Amino acid sequence: MQFLWAFLIGGAICVIGQLMMDLGKLTPAHTMTTLVVAGAILDGFGLYDPLVRFAGAGASVPITSFGNALVHGAIKELQSSGWIGVITGIFKVTSAGISSAIIFSFLAALFVRPKG
Amino acid sequence: MASNKKTTTLSQQKYQELAKKNEPKRPVVANCIRAFIVGGFICIIGQGLMMFFEKVFGFTKETASNPTVAVLILISVILTSMGVYDKIAQWSGAGTAVPVTGFANSMCSAAIEHRSEGLVLGTASNMFKLAGSVIVFGVVTAFLVGIFTLIFGGGAH
Repeated sequence: MQFLWAFLIGGAICVIGQLMMDLGKLTPAHTMTTLVVAGAILDGFGLYDPLVRFAGAGASVPITSFGNALVHGAIKELQSSGWIGVITGIFKVTSAGISSAIIFSFLAALFVRPKG
Repeated sequence: MASNKKTTTLSQQKYQELAKKNEPKRPVVANCIRAFIVGGFICIIGQGLMMFFEKVFGFTKETASNPTVAVLILISVILTSMGVYDKIAQWSGAGTAVPVTGFANSMCSAAIEHRSEGLVLGTASNMFKLAGSVIVFGVVTAFLVGIFTLIFGGGAH
């Protein structure tokens, strides 16, 4: 059951992105940026967490969850260490995504030649 | 382009109308179906990985998404290195761009593509060319949301 909801919600978020590119004529970069901002704002209103509980990876794999994780880190740290947490907490939760993307991409660039 | 419209002559306008009429229509519905299937499929893989990390390594529901994202990114980097990811991306559009694998793909392909300009000036400084905009806007929004929470008190958190 969890797999079905992950498929449906994850697919639906991708369709929103596709519509933004096709009908809104946005570039992929603009689409991704808008989705991240949307995820961050949704989490600000406390709406993204229920979606993750409901859809699992369907909500945590699309890029919207990146915005959600940034806000999560900031607010968690804000509650535990005061106002400075808004600055220090932003990357706490997202470290896995950004760090592994940097490390793996760098290693790939060391060993792989570009394909024509 | 508003200023352009004023200065066009009649024949130019006619040409633009003609060009617009003959512009290939975007197959919106077909694109959406492909994006839905591929995007949903990537999320199913993610769900499977999440359950695997919960069961085998004892991660909680919240922390299981960390190793899941890392593994998905590793898969995406391997597929990008083999030149496979871009072929799938051409077919599926947003289906491969919107999941976190698309974020890794944009970084990895930039890193490999600019390798010939050197590791420092090529790979390292071009890696964030596309992914950078996502990070910048995400961080600025998160900061603003944090400030609002600080001023008005945390709502649902």
